[in-house]
Amino acid sequence: MGKVIEKAGVDPGLLTLGIDTLLEKYPYLTDFFSALGIDPFPGQKTLSMLIESLSPDHLSQFNLDHHALSAQVLEFIAKMEQCRYKIHGRMDHLVIGAGFDKDGCPEAMGITLFPGEVVSVVGPTGSGKSQLLSDIECLAQGDTPSGRNVLPDGKTPDARSRFSGEFRLVAQLSQNMNFVMDLTVEAFLHMHAESRLIDNIPGKIEQIYQSAVMLAGEPFSLDTAITSLSGGQSRALMIADVAYLSASPVVLIDEIENAGIDRVKAVSLLLNKEKIVLIATHDPLLALSCDRRIVIKNGGIADVVKTLEAEKKSAACLAGLDKKLGLLRERVRKGKHLVFDQNFFNSN
Amino acid sequence: MNQVLENPISSIRLVTVAGPPSSGKTSLILHTAAVLLEQGLRIGIIKFDCLTGDDHKRYERAGLPVKKGLAGGLCPDHFFIANIEACVQWGISQGFDLLISESAGLCNRCSPHIKGVFAVCVIDHLSGVHTPRKIGPMLKNADLVVLTKGDIVSQAEREVFTFRVRQANARASVLPVNGLTGQGSLLSAGHFKTAPAIDSLNGMRLRFTMPAALCSYCLGETRIGPDSQIGNVKTMDFT
Ligand SMILES: Nc1nc2c(ncn2[C@@H]2O[C@H](COP(=O)(O)OP(=O)(O)OP(=O)(O)O)[C@@H](O)[C@H]2O)c(=O)[nH]1
Ligand SMILES: [Mg+2]
Ligand SMILES: [Zn+2]
Ligand SMILES: [Zn+2]
Repeated sequence: MGKVIEKAGVDPGLLTLGIDTLLEKYPYLTDFFSALGIDPFPGQKTLSMLIESLSPDHLSQFNLDHHALSAQVLEFIAKMEQCRYKIHGRMDHLVIGAGFDKDGCPEAMGITLFPGEVVSVVGPTGSGKSQLLSDIECLAQGDTPSGRNVLPDGKTPDARSRFSGEFRLVAQLSQNMNFVMDLTVEAFLHMHAESRLIDNIPGKIEQIYQSAVMLAGEPFSLDTAITSLSGGQSRALMIADVAYLSASPVVLIDEIENAGIDRVKAVSLLLNKEKIVLIATHDPLLALSCDRRIVIKNGGIADVVKTLEAEKKSAACLAGLDKKLGLLRERVRKGKHLVFDQNFFNSN
Repeated sequence: MNQVLENPISSIRLVTVAGPPSSGKTSLILHTAAVLLEQGLRIGIIKFDCLTGDDHKRYERAGLPVKKGLAGGLCPDHFFIANIEACVQWGISQGFDLLISESAGLCNRCSPHIKGVFAVCVIDHLSGVHTPRKIGPMLKNADLVVLTKGDIVSQAEREVFTFRVRQANARASVLPVNGLTGQGSLLSAGHFKTAPAIDSLNGMRLRFTMPAALCSYCLGETRIGPDSQIGNVKTMDFT
Protein backbone atom coordinates (compact mmCIF):
# COMPACT_ATOMS: atom_id res chain seq x y z
CA MET A 1 0.00 0.00 0.00
CA GLY A 2 1.09 3.52 -0.60
CA LYS A 3 4.38 2.60 -2.23
CA VAL A 4 2.68 1.62 -5.42
CA ILE A 5 2.39 4.75 -7.51
CA GLU A 6 -1.18 5.19 -8.62
CA LYS A 7 -0.95 5.35 -12.38
CA ALA A 8 -4.66 5.41 -13.08
CA GLY A 9 -5.79 8.45 -15.03
CA VAL A 10 -2.30 9.89 -15.57
CA ASP A 11 -2.16 11.61 -18.96
CA PRO A 12 1.38 12.42 -20.19
CA GLY A 13 -0.18 14.34 -23.10
CA LEU A 14 -0.83 17.22 -20.68
CA LEU A 15 2.90 18.02 -20.68
CA THR A 16 2.64 19.41 -24.20
CA LEU A 17 -0.29 21.72 -23.42
CA GLY A 18 0.17 25.44 -22.81
CA ILE A 19 0.31 26.56 -19.19
CA ASP A 20 -2.53 29.06 -19.60
CA THR A 21 -4.79 26.37 -21.04
CA LEU A 22 -3.91 24.08 -18.15
CA LEU A 23 -4.46 26.72 -15.48
CA GLU A 24 -7.86 27.46 -16.91
CA LYS A 25 -8.84 23.82 -17.01
CA TYR A 26 -7.25 22.87 -13.68
CA PRO A 27 -7.30 26.01 -11.51
CA TYR A 28 -5.93 24.08 -8.53
CA LEU A 29 -2.56 23.94 -10.31
CA THR A 30 -1.93 27.53 -9.21
CA ASP A 31 -1.82 26.35 -5.62
CA PHE A 32 0.26 23.34 -6.52
CA PHE A 33 2.92 25.50 -8.11
CA SER A 34 2.89 28.17 -5.46
CA ALA A 35 3.49 25.53 -2.80
CA LEU A 36 6.67 24.66 -4.67
CA GLY A 37 7.70 28.29 -4.99
CA ILE A 38 7.11 28.22 -8.74
CA ASP A 39 5.53 31.15 -10.56
CA PRO A 40 3.67 29.65 -13.50
CA PHE A 41 3.25 33.04 -15.22
CA PRO A 42 0.90 32.34 -18.05
CA GLY A 43 2.56 32.66 -21.42
CA GLN A 44 3.25 30.63 -24.46
CA LYS A 45 5.07 27.96 -22.47
CA THR A 46 3.99 24.37 -22.35
CA LEU A 47 3.99 22.48 -19.07
CA SER A 48 7.12 20.57 -19.99
CA MET A 49 8.91 23.79 -20.97
CA LEU A 50 7.98 25.33 -17.64
CA ILE A 51 9.33 22.34 -15.77
CA GLU A 52 12.54 22.24 -17.80
CA SER A 53 13.12 25.95 -17.11
CA LEU A 54 13.37 25.38 -13.35
CA SER A 55 16.81 25.18 -11.86
CA PRO A 56 17.89 21.86 -10.35
CA ASP A 57 18.89 23.79 -7.22
CA HIS A 58 15.38 25.10 -6.75
CA LEU A 59 13.89 21.65 -7.26
CA SER A 60 16.32 19.94 -4.93
CA GLN A 61 14.90 21.96 -2.03
CA PHE A 62 11.79 19.88 -2.52
CA ASN A 63 13.69 16.68 -3.15
CA LEU A 64 12.60 16.79 -6.78
CA ASP A 65 14.23 16.76 -10.17
CA HIS A 66 12.64 17.55 -13.55
CA HIS A 67 11.52 14.04 -14.09
CA ALA A 68 10.02 13.61 -10.62
CA LEU A 69 8.21 16.93 -10.86
CA SER A 70 6.63 15.99 -14.21
CA ALA A 71 5.44 12.76 -12.71
CA GLN A 72 4.12 14.56 -9.64
CA VAL A 73 2.16 17.16 -11.60
CA LEU A 74 0.48 14.51 -13.72
CA GLU A 75 -0.33 12.39 -10.70
CA PHE A 76 -1.72 15.40 -8.92
CA ILE A 77 -4.03 16.32 -11.79
CA ALA A 78 -5.17 12.70 -12.08
CA LYS A 79 -5.95 12.55 -8.38
CA MET A 80 -7.84 15.84 -8.35
CA GLU A 81 -9.91 14.85 -11.37
CA GLN A 82 -10.66 11.55 -9.72
CA CYS A 83 -12.01 13.47 -6.70
CA ARG A 84 -14.11 15.64 -8.95
CA TYR A 85 -15.50 12.55 -10.64
CA LYS A 86 -16.24 10.83 -7.32
CA ILE A 87 -18.11 13.85 -6.08
CA HIS A 88 -20.63 13.50 -8.84
CA GLY A 89 -21.18 9.81 -8.13
CA ARG A 90 -24.57 9.21 -6.56
CA MET A 91 -25.75 6.58 -4.12
CA ASP A 92 -29.19 5.02 -4.56
CA HIS A 93 -29.47 3.42 -1.17
CA LEU A 94 -27.39 2.40 1.82
CA VAL A 95 -27.80 -1.04 3.38
CA ILE A 96 -26.88 -1.57 7.01
CA GLY A 97 -26.70 -5.31 7.52
CA ALA A 98 -27.52 -6.52 11.03
CA GLY A 99 -24.70 -7.41 13.41
CA PHE A 100 -24.67 -8.16 17.12
CA ASP A 101 -25.52 -6.37 20.34
CA LYS A 102 -23.18 -5.97 23.30
CA ASP A 103 -23.90 -9.53 24.51
CA GLY A 104 -23.15 -11.01 21.12
CA CYS A 105 -26.81 -11.75 20.36
CA PRO A 106 -27.94 -11.03 16.80
CA GLU A 107 -29.48 -7.61 16.29
CA ALA A 108 -33.23 -7.55 15.70
CA MET A 109 -32.81 -6.10 12.24
CA GLY A 110 -30.72 -4.09 9.83
CA ILE A 111 -32.03 -1.16 7.83
CA THR A 112 -31.85 0.25 4.33
CA LEU A 113 -31.69 4.03 4.03
CA PHE A 114 -32.62 6.14 1.02
CA PRO A 115 -31.52 9.62 -0.12
CA GLY A 116 -34.04 12.32 0.76
CA GLU A 117 -34.95 10.46 3.94
CA VAL A 118 -34.41 11.62 7.49
CA VAL A 119 -34.11 9.01 10.20
CA SER A 120 -33.55 9.59 13.88
CA VAL A 121 -31.43 7.36 16.07
CA VAL A 122 -32.83 7.10 19.58
CA GLY A 123 -31.83 5.28 22.74
CA PRO A 124 -30.38 6.02 26.15
CA THR A 125 -26.87 7.45 26.48
CA GLY A 126 -24.34 4.64 26.14
CA SER A 127 -26.76 2.39 24.26
CA GLY A 128 -24.58 2.29 21.17
CA LYS A 129 -25.75 5.19 19.00
CA SER A 130 -22.17 6.29 18.38
CA GLN A 131 -21.14 2.78 17.34
CA LEU A 132 -23.83 2.80 14.66
CA LEU A 133 -22.73 6.20 13.38
CA SER A 134 -19.10 5.12 13.48
CA ASP A 135 -19.91 1.89 11.59
CA ILE A 136 -21.43 3.96 8.81
CA GLU A 137 -18.48 6.32 8.74
CA CYS A 138 -15.86 3.61 8.32
CA LEU A 139 -18.05 1.44 6.07
CA ALA A 140 -17.91 -1.44 8.56
CA GLN A 141 -17.46 -4.84 6.94
CA GLY A 142 -18.16 -7.14 9.86
CA ASP A 143 -14.87 -5.93 11.33
CA THR A 144 -16.09 -3.47 13.99
CA PRO A 145 -17.27 -4.47 17.49
CA SER A 146 -20.88 -4.57 16.25
CA GLY A 147 -20.16 -6.94 13.36
CA ARG A 148 -22.39 -4.85 11.07
CA ASN A 149 -21.95 -4.58 7.30
CA VAL A 150 -22.45 -1.20 5.70
CA LEU A 151 -23.03 -1.53 1.97
CA PRO A 152 -23.46 1.47 -0.34
CA ASP A 153 -25.96 0.47 -3.02
CA GLY A 154 -26.05 -2.95 -1.37
CA LYS A 155 -22.54 -3.78 -2.53
CA THR A 156 -19.33 -4.48 -0.65
CA PRO A 157 -17.16 -1.38 -1.10
CA ASP A 158 -13.82 -1.77 -2.78
CA ALA A 159 -11.19 -2.27 -0.05
CA ARG A 160 -8.75 0.06 -1.72
CA SER A 161 -11.11 2.98 -1.78
CA ARG A 162 -12.23 2.23 1.76
CA PHE A 163 -8.72 2.24 3.16
CA SER A 164 -7.48 5.18 1.12
CA GLY A 165 -10.13 7.47 2.60
CA GLU A 166 -10.87 8.77 -0.89
CA PHE A 167 -14.59 8.41 -0.63
CA ARG A 168 -16.04 10.03 2.46
CA LEU A 169 -19.52 8.70 2.80
CA VAL A 170 -20.38 10.74 5.82
CA ALA A 171 -20.47 14.40 6.79
CA GLN A 172 -20.77 14.92 10.53
CA LEU A 173 -22.21 17.73 12.60
CA SER A 174 -22.12 17.75 16.35
CA GLN A 175 -22.55 20.07 19.26
CA ASN A 176 -18.78 19.99 20.01
CA MET A 177 -17.68 21.21 16.62
CA ASN A 178 -16.53 24.78 16.27
CA PHE A 179 -14.99 26.93 13.60
CA VAL A 180 -11.28 27.38 14.19
CA MET A 181 -10.05 29.10 11.03
CA ASP A 182 -9.16 32.74 11.15
CA LEU A 183 -11.35 33.80 8.21
CA THR A 184 -14.46 35.81 7.40
CA VAL A 185 -17.64 33.98 6.46
CA GLU A 186 -17.09 34.89 2.84
CA ALA A 187 -13.42 33.91 2.66
CA PHE A 188 -14.19 30.69 4.45
CA LEU A 189 -17.00 29.70 2.08
CA HIS A 190 -14.81 30.66 -0.83
CA MET A 191 -12.03 28.41 0.39
CA HIS A 192 -14.40 25.51 0.89
CA ALA A 193 -16.04 25.95 -2.51
CA GLU A 194 -12.62 26.10 -4.12
CA SER A 195 -11.57 22.87 -2.50
CA ARG A 196 -14.69 21.22 -3.91
CA LEU A 197 -13.61 22.17 -7.44
CA ILE A 198 -17.00 23.65 -8.32
CA ASP A 199 -18.01 26.32 -10.82
CA ASN A 200 -19.87 29.53 -9.97
CA ILE A 201 -18.36 30.02 -6.55
CA PRO A 202 -19.90 33.47 -5.82
CA GLY A 203 -23.39 32.09 -6.49
CA LYS A 204 -22.79 29.21 -4.12
CA ILE A 205 -21.49 31.52 -1.40
CA GLU A 206 -24.59 33.68 -1.63
CA GLN A 207 -26.91 30.65 -1.43
CA ILE A 208 -25.21 29.25 1.63
CA TYR A 209 -25.05 32.60 3.34
CA GLN A 210 -28.76 33.28 2.75
CA SER A 211 -29.82 29.87 4.06
CA ALA A 212 -27.58 30.16 7.08
CA VAL A 213 -29.08 33.52 8.04
CA MET A 214 -32.55 32.08 7.58
CA LEU A 215 -31.76 29.13 9.90
CA ALA A 216 -30.00 31.23 12.50
CA GLY A 217 -32.73 33.79 12.97
CA GLU A 218 -30.15 36.38 14.02
CA PRO A 219 -28.51 38.01 11.00
CA PHE A 220 -24.76 38.23 10.48
CA SER A 221 -22.71 39.59 7.62
CA LEU A 222 -20.36 38.02 5.11
CA ASP A 223 -17.54 40.00 6.72
CA THR A 224 -18.03 38.46 10.15
CA ALA A 225 -15.14 36.30 11.33
CA ILE A 226 -16.40 32.71 11.54
CA THR A 227 -14.84 32.30 14.97
CA SER A 228 -16.92 35.16 16.34
CA LEU A 229 -20.30 33.82 15.20
CA SER A 230 -22.71 32.91 18.01
CA GLY A 231 -23.42 29.24 18.72
CA GLY A 232 -26.65 29.37 16.72
CA GLN A 233 -25.08 31.22 13.81
CA SER A 234 -22.17 28.77 13.61
CA ARG A 235 -24.50 25.79 13.69
CA ALA A 236 -26.66 27.40 10.99
CA LEU A 237 -23.66 28.10 8.78
CA MET A 238 -22.36 24.56 9.26
CA ILE A 239 -25.68 23.06 8.24
CA ALA A 240 -26.15 25.29 5.22
CA ASP A 241 -22.59 24.58 4.17
CA VAL A 242 -23.06 20.81 4.47
CA ALA A 243 -26.30 21.04 2.49
CA TYR A 244 -24.77 22.93 -0.42
CA LEU A 245 -21.11 22.03 -0.43
CA SER A 246 -20.39 18.70 1.21
CA ALA A 247 -19.70 15.84 -1.17
CA SER A 248 -20.86 13.23 1.31
CA PRO A 249 -24.23 11.61 0.60
CA VAL A 250 -24.90 10.85 4.27
CA VAL A 251 -25.14 13.47 7.01
CA LEU A 252 -24.91 12.48 10.67
CA ILE A 253 -26.17 15.00 13.16
CA ASP A 254 -25.45 14.57 16.81
CA GLU A 255 -27.67 16.50 19.24
CA ILE A 256 -28.45 19.87 17.70
CA GLU A 257 -31.44 20.48 19.95
CA ASN A 258 -29.80 23.24 21.97
CA ALA A 259 -28.22 24.96 19.04
CA GLY A 260 -30.71 27.84 18.88
CA ILE A 261 -31.59 27.33 15.23
CA ASP A 262 -34.75 26.39 13.40
CA ARG A 263 -34.30 22.61 13.60
CA VAL A 264 -37.19 21.69 11.38
CA LYS A 265 -36.07 24.06 8.64
CA ALA A 266 -32.52 22.74 9.01
CA VAL A 267 -33.67 19.19 8.44
CA SER A 268 -35.75 20.10 5.43
CA LEU A 269 -32.86 22.00 3.89
CA LEU A 270 -30.70 18.87 4.07
CA LEU A 271 -33.48 16.69 2.71
CA ASN A 272 -33.97 18.85 -0.33
CA LYS A 273 -30.38 18.09 -1.23
CA GLU A 274 -31.12 14.39 -1.59
CA LYS A 275 -28.98 13.38 1.37
CA ILE A 276 -29.58 10.58 3.81
CA VAL A 277 -29.87 12.37 7.14
CA LEU A 278 -29.38 10.55 10.45
CA ILE A 279 -30.03 12.43 13.67
CA ALA A 280 -29.12 11.20 17.12
CA THR A 281 -31.60 13.00 19.31
CA HIS A 282 -33.83 13.02 22.38
CA ASP A 283 -35.83 15.97 21.13
CA PRO A 284 -39.47 15.06 20.41
CA LEU A 285 -39.92 17.73 17.76
CA LEU A 286 -36.86 16.55 15.84
CA ALA A 287 -37.77 12.89 16.28
CA LEU A 288 -41.25 13.56 14.89
CA SER A 289 -39.88 15.46 11.92
CA CYS A 290 -38.17 12.21 10.86
CA ASP A 291 -39.75 9.52 8.70
CA ARG A 292 -38.44 6.66 10.83
CA ARG A 293 -36.70 6.12 14.13
CA ILE A 294 -33.98 3.57 14.73
CA VAL A 295 -34.23 2.36 18.32
CA ILE A 296 -30.92 1.26 19.83
CA LYS A 297 -30.75 -0.95 22.90
CA ASN A 298 -27.71 -2.61 24.42
CA GLY A 299 -25.58 -1.91 21.36
CA GLY A 300 -27.99 -3.34 18.82
CA ILE A 301 -30.85 -2.08 16.64
CA ALA A 302 -33.90 -3.21 18.63
CA ASP A 303 -36.55 -1.77 16.36
CA VAL A 304 -37.23 0.62 13.50
CA VAL A 305 -40.35 2.67 14.16
CA LYS A 306 -42.21 4.45 11.39
CA THR A 307 -43.62 7.85 12.32
CA LEU A 308 -47.42 7.53 12.47
CA GLU A 309 -49.85 9.93 10.80
CA ALA A 310 -51.22 10.67 14.26
CA GLU A 311 -47.72 11.52 15.42
CA LYS A 312 -47.35 14.01 12.57
CA LYS A 313 -50.46 15.79 13.91
CA SER A 314 -48.94 15.86 17.39
CA ALA A 315 -45.81 17.27 15.83
CA ALA A 316 -47.85 20.20 14.57
CA CYS A 317 -48.90 21.13 18.13
CA LEU A 318 -45.37 20.70 19.30
CA ALA A 319 -44.20 23.06 16.58
CA GLY A 320 -46.68 25.64 17.84
CA LEU A 321 -45.31 25.27 21.34
CA ASP A 322 -41.77 25.55 20.06
CA LYS A 323 -42.63 28.80 18.31
CA LYS A 324 -44.03 30.21 21.56
CA LEU A 325 -40.86 29.29 23.38
CA GLY A 326 -38.97 31.04 20.63
CA LEU A 327 -40.93 34.24 21.31
CA LEU A 328 -40.05 34.01 24.99
CA ARG A 329 -36.40 33.50 24.14
CA GLU A 330 -36.52 36.58 21.97
CA ARG A 331 -37.91 38.62 24.88
CA VAL A 332 -35.12 37.40 27.14
CA ARG A 333 -32.60 38.46 24.54
CA LYS A 334 -34.08 41.94 24.35
CA GLY A 335 -34.07 42.35 28.12
CA LYS A 336 -37.86 42.39 28.45
CA HIS A 337 -40.08 41.01 31.21
CA LEU A 338 -41.68 37.62 30.71
CA VAL A 339 -45.12 37.62 32.24
CA PHE A 340 -47.50 35.10 30.72
CA ASP A 341 -49.97 32.37 31.61
CA GLN A 342 -51.45 29.25 30.07
CA ASN A 343 -53.38 31.38 27.52
CA PHE A 344 -50.12 32.45 25.95
CA PHE A 345 -49.58 28.86 24.82
CA ASN A 346 -53.17 28.29 23.74
CA SER A 347 -53.56 31.43 21.66
CA ASN A 348 -52.47 31.60 18.05
CA MET B 1 -6.06 -6.29 3.89
CA ASN B 2 -7.89 -7.98 6.67
CA GLN B 3 -5.65 -10.92 7.31
CA VAL B 4 -2.39 -10.69 9.12
CA LEU B 5 0.27 -11.78 6.69
CA GLU B 6 2.73 -14.47 7.79
CA ASN B 7 5.83 -12.85 9.17
CA PRO B 8 9.00 -14.67 8.12
CA ILE B 9 11.33 -15.50 11.00
CA SER B 10 13.78 -12.76 12.04
CA SER B 11 12.06 -9.98 10.21
CA ILE B 12 9.71 -7.30 11.43
CA ARG B 13 7.25 -4.80 10.04
CA LEU B 14 8.32 -1.25 10.78
CA VAL B 15 6.10 1.83 10.75
CA THR B 16 7.50 5.33 11.24
CA VAL B 17 5.02 7.79 12.73
CA ALA B 18 5.90 11.49 12.49
CA GLY B 19 3.95 14.68 13.07
CA PRO B 20 4.11 18.03 14.86
CA PRO B 21 4.11 18.11 18.68
CA SER B 22 0.76 17.23 20.28
CA SER B 23 -0.79 16.32 16.95
CA GLY B 24 -2.05 13.02 18.35
CA LYS B 25 0.73 10.57 17.45
CA THR B 26 0.62 8.67 20.72
CA SER B 27 -3.18 8.62 20.71
CA LEU B 28 -3.22 7.23 17.17
CA ILE B 29 -0.62 4.59 17.95
CA LEU B 30 -2.40 3.47 21.13
CA HIS B 31 -5.75 3.04 19.38
CA THR B 32 -4.24 1.41 16.32
CA ALA B 33 -2.17 -0.97 18.44
CA ALA B 34 -5.28 -1.89 20.45
CA VAL B 35 -6.99 -3.07 17.26
CA LEU B 36 -3.91 -5.05 16.20
CA LEU B 37 -3.28 -6.60 19.63
CA GLU B 38 -6.84 -7.86 19.48
CA GLN B 39 -5.93 -9.55 16.20
CA GLY B 40 -3.01 -11.28 17.90
CA LEU B 41 -0.05 -9.18 16.74
CA ARG B 42 2.97 -8.70 19.00
CA ILE B 43 3.86 -5.02 18.97
CA GLY B 44 6.81 -2.97 20.24
CA ILE B 45 7.13 0.80 20.40
CA ILE B 46 10.07 3.18 20.11
CA LYS B 47 9.55 6.72 21.28
CA PHE B 48 12.03 9.39 20.20
CA ASP B 49 12.08 12.60 22.15
CA CYS B 50 14.29 15.61 22.78
CA LEU B 51 14.80 16.06 26.47
CA THR B 52 12.03 14.40 28.41
CA GLY B 53 8.66 12.94 27.76
CA ASP B 54 6.03 10.80 29.37
CA ASP B 55 4.78 8.98 26.32
CA HIS B 56 6.57 5.76 27.30
CA LYS B 57 4.41 5.58 30.42
CA ARG B 58 1.26 5.74 28.31
CA TYR B 59 2.53 2.86 26.20
CA GLU B 60 3.52 0.84 29.26
CA ARG B 61 0.11 1.39 30.77
CA ALA B 62 -1.39 -0.08 27.59
CA GLY B 63 0.83 -3.13 28.00
CA LEU B 64 3.07 -2.24 25.06
CA PRO B 65 6.84 -2.84 25.43
CA VAL B 66 8.58 0.48 24.76
CA LYS B 67 12.11 1.87 24.42
CA LYS B 68 12.82 5.56 24.72
CA GLY B 69 15.50 7.50 22.84
CA LEU B 70 16.42 11.00 23.99
CA ALA B 71 18.15 13.16 21.40
CA GLY B 72 19.34 15.82 23.85
CA GLY B 73 20.88 18.65 21.84
CA LEU B 74 20.70 16.93 18.48
CA CYS B 75 17.96 17.28 15.91
CA PRO B 76 15.67 14.45 17.00
CA ASP B 77 15.38 13.18 13.44
CA HIS B 78 19.15 13.00 13.03
CA PHE B 79 19.25 11.10 16.28
CA PHE B 80 16.48 8.85 15.03
CA ILE B 81 18.22 7.79 11.87
CA ALA B 82 21.43 7.01 13.70
CA ASN B 83 19.59 4.70 16.07
CA ILE B 84 16.69 3.15 14.24
CA GLU B 85 18.63 0.11 12.98
CA ALA B 86 19.47 -0.82 16.58
CA CYS B 87 15.77 -0.46 17.38
CA VAL B 88 14.88 -2.82 14.56
CA GLN B 89 17.32 -5.40 15.89
CA TRP B 90 15.85 -4.99 19.39
CA GLY B 91 12.36 -5.53 17.93
CA ILE B 92 13.44 -8.66 16.10
CA SER B 93 15.15 -10.04 19.19
CA GLN B 94 11.93 -9.51 21.16
CA GLY B 95 9.96 -11.43 18.55
CA PHE B 96 7.60 -8.57 17.64
CA ASP B 97 5.55 -8.72 14.46
CA LEU B 98 5.35 -4.96 14.29
CA LEU B 99 7.56 -2.14 15.51
CA ILE B 100 6.15 1.38 15.61
CA SER B 101 8.41 4.39 16.06
CA GLU B 102 7.03 7.71 17.26
CA SER B 103 9.10 10.77 16.37
CA ALA B 104 9.48 13.89 18.45
CA GLY B 105 8.21 15.91 15.54
CA LEU B 106 10.04 19.10 16.42
CA CYS B 107 11.93 19.61 13.22
CA ASN B 108 9.84 20.65 10.22
CA ARG B 109 12.81 20.43 7.91
CA CYS B 110 13.63 16.79 8.65
CA SER B 111 11.55 13.72 8.16
CA PRO B 112 12.22 10.23 9.50
CA HIS B 113 10.60 8.42 6.58
CA ILE B 114 12.61 5.67 4.92
CA LYS B 115 12.14 4.18 1.45
CA GLY B 116 10.63 0.73 1.82
CA VAL B 117 9.31 1.40 5.34
CA PHE B 118 5.68 2.33 5.90
CA ALA B 119 5.51 6.05 6.67
CA VAL B 120 2.74 7.78 8.60
CA CYS B 121 2.26 11.49 9.18
CA VAL B 122 -0.16 12.74 11.85
CA ILE B 123 -1.55 16.27 11.66
CA ASP B 124 -4.37 17.78 13.67
CA HIS B 125 -7.21 19.79 12.23
CA LEU B 126 -6.59 22.63 14.65
CA SER B 127 -3.16 23.39 13.28
CA GLY B 128 -4.40 25.71 10.55
CA VAL B 129 -4.97 25.37 6.80
CA HIS B 130 -1.44 26.39 5.95
CA THR B 131 0.16 23.61 7.96
CA PRO B 132 0.00 21.00 5.18
CA ARG B 133 2.25 23.27 3.18
CA LYS B 134 4.52 24.24 6.01
CA ILE B 135 5.49 20.90 7.40
CA GLY B 136 7.02 19.75 4.15
CA PRO B 137 8.92 16.48 3.88
CA MET B 138 7.29 14.52 6.70
CA LEU B 139 3.91 15.04 5.03
CA LYS B 140 4.97 14.98 1.40
CA ASN B 141 6.76 11.66 1.75
CA ALA B 142 4.20 9.81 3.85
CA ASP B 143 2.21 6.78 2.69
CA LEU B 144 -0.60 7.43 5.13
CA VAL B 145 -1.70 10.79 6.52
CA VAL B 146 -3.86 10.66 9.63
CA LEU B 147 -5.94 13.70 10.54
CA THR B 148 -6.87 14.02 14.21
CA LYS B 149 -9.12 16.26 16.31
CA GLY B 150 -11.80 16.37 13.65
CA ASP B 151 -14.33 15.97 16.45
CA ILE B 152 -13.95 19.62 17.44
CA VAL B 153 -13.85 21.41 14.09
CA SER B 154 -16.55 21.88 11.48
CA GLN B 155 -17.18 19.50 8.59
CA ALA B 156 -16.25 22.24 6.13
CA GLU B 157 -12.89 22.82 7.75
CA ARG B 158 -12.21 19.09 7.72
CA GLU B 159 -12.96 19.00 4.01
CA VAL B 160 -10.74 21.98 3.26
CA PHE B 161 -7.97 20.51 5.37
CA THR B 162 -8.18 17.14 3.64
CA PHE B 163 -8.05 18.86 0.29
CA ARG B 164 -4.94 20.79 1.29
CA VAL B 165 -3.29 17.60 2.47
CA ARG B 166 -4.05 15.93 -0.85
CA GLN B 167 -2.55 18.91 -2.62
CA ALA B 168 0.66 18.44 -0.68
CA ASN B 169 0.68 14.67 -1.13
CA ALA B 170 -1.63 13.29 -3.78
CA ARG B 171 -0.27 9.78 -3.36
CA ALA B 172 -1.00 9.07 0.30
CA SER B 173 -4.12 7.64 1.85
CA VAL B 174 -5.76 10.26 4.04
CA LEU B 175 -7.80 9.04 7.01
CA PRO B 176 -9.52 10.86 9.86
CA VAL B 177 -8.95 9.26 13.27
CA ASN B 178 -10.38 10.49 16.56
CA GLY B 179 -7.54 10.27 19.05
CA LEU B 180 -9.93 10.32 22.00
CA THR B 181 -12.44 7.66 20.99
CA GLY B 182 -10.32 5.76 18.48
CA GLN B 183 -12.95 6.13 15.77
CA GLY B 184 -11.19 5.45 12.48
CA SER B 185 -8.38 3.37 13.99
CA LEU B 186 -9.71 0.23 12.34
CA LEU B 187 -8.65 1.66 8.99
CA SER B 188 -5.27 2.89 10.22
CA ALA B 189 -4.69 -0.61 11.66
CA GLY B 190 -5.38 -2.05 8.21
CA HIS B 191 -2.50 0.03 6.91
CA PHE B 192 -0.06 -0.65 9.76
CA LYS B 193 -0.23 -4.39 9.42
CA THR B 194 0.58 -4.33 5.73
CA ALA B 195 3.85 -2.46 6.31
CA PRO B 196 6.70 -4.22 4.49
CA ALA B 197 8.67 -6.70 6.61
CA ILE B 198 12.39 -6.04 6.88
CA ASP B 199 15.30 -7.79 8.56
CA SER B 200 17.65 -4.81 8.61
CA LEU B 201 17.69 -1.19 7.50
CA ASN B 202 21.34 -1.33 6.44
CA GLY B 203 21.67 -0.09 2.90
CA MET B 204 18.18 1.41 2.82
CA ARG B 205 17.69 5.12 2.22
CA LEU B 206 15.88 8.05 3.70
CA ARG B 207 13.11 9.43 1.52
CA PHE B 208 14.37 12.95 2.00
CA THR B 209 17.80 14.33 2.82
CA MET B 210 18.32 15.76 6.27
CA PRO B 211 20.38 18.94 6.33
CA ALA B 212 23.73 18.41 7.96
CA ALA B 213 24.58 20.07 11.24
CA LEU B 214 27.12 22.40 9.77
CA CYS B 215 27.10 25.72 11.58
CA SER B 216 28.66 26.59 14.90
CA TYR B 217 25.25 26.72 16.57
CA CYS B 218 24.66 23.08 15.74
CA LEU B 219 27.77 22.39 17.78
CA GLY B 220 26.59 24.21 20.84
CA GLU B 221 27.53 27.86 20.22
CA THR B 222 25.29 30.32 22.09
CA ARG B 223 26.97 33.71 21.51
CA ILE B 224 25.50 35.98 18.81
CA GLY B 225 27.66 37.85 16.31
CA PRO B 226 29.68 37.36 13.13
CA ASP B 227 32.70 36.05 15.06
CA SER B 228 30.69 33.17 16.40
CA GLN B 229 29.08 32.23 13.08
CA ILE B 230 31.36 29.66 11.58
CA GLY B 231 30.58 27.18 8.87
CA ASN B 232 27.58 26.91 6.61
CA VAL B 233 25.74 30.13 7.47
CA LYS B 234 22.95 31.49 5.32
CA THR B 235 22.03 35.17 5.58
CA MET B 236 18.73 36.88 4.86
CA ASP B 237 18.28 39.10 1.85
CA PHE B 238 16.77 42.52 2.68
CA THR B 239 16.81 44.01 -0.81
N1 LIG C 1 -10.44 16.36 20.86
C1 LIG C 1 -9.43 15.58 20.46
N2 LIG C 1 -8.28 15.56 21.16
C2 LIG C 1 -7.29 14.76 20.74
C3 LIG C 1 -7.42 13.94 19.58
N3 LIG C 1 -6.25 13.27 19.42
C4 LIG C 1 -5.45 13.63 20.42
N4 LIG C 1 -6.05 14.52 21.24
C5 LIG C 1 -5.50 15.17 22.44
O1 LIG C 1 -4.38 15.94 22.04
C6 LIG C 1 -3.34 15.87 23.03
C7 LIG C 1 -2.04 15.39 22.41
O2 LIG C 1 -2.20 14.06 21.98
P1 LIG C 1 -0.97 13.05 21.91
O3 LIG C 1 -1.46 11.77 21.35
O4 LIG C 1 -0.24 13.02 23.20
O5 LIG C 1 -0.07 13.80 20.82
P2 LIG C 1 1.44 13.47 20.39
O6 LIG C 1 1.54 13.88 18.96
O7 LIG C 1 1.80 12.09 20.74
O8 LIG C 1 2.22 14.51 21.30
P3 LIG C 1 3.82 14.56 21.57
O9 LIG C 1 4.32 13.17 21.54
O10 LIG C 1 3.91 15.20 22.91
O11 LIG C 1 4.36 15.43 20.49
C8 LIG C 1 -3.86 14.94 24.12
O12 LIG C 1 -4.41 15.73 25.14
C9 LIG C 1 -4.95 14.16 23.42
O13 LIG C 1 -5.94 13.72 24.31
C10 LIG C 1 -8.67 14.01 18.85
O14 LIG C 1 -8.87 13.34 17.82
N5 LIG C 1 -9.62 14.83 19.35
MG1 LIG D 1 3.40 11.43 21.81
ZN1 LIG E 1 16.15 18.43 11.71
ZN1 LIG F 1 23.26 24.71 12.76
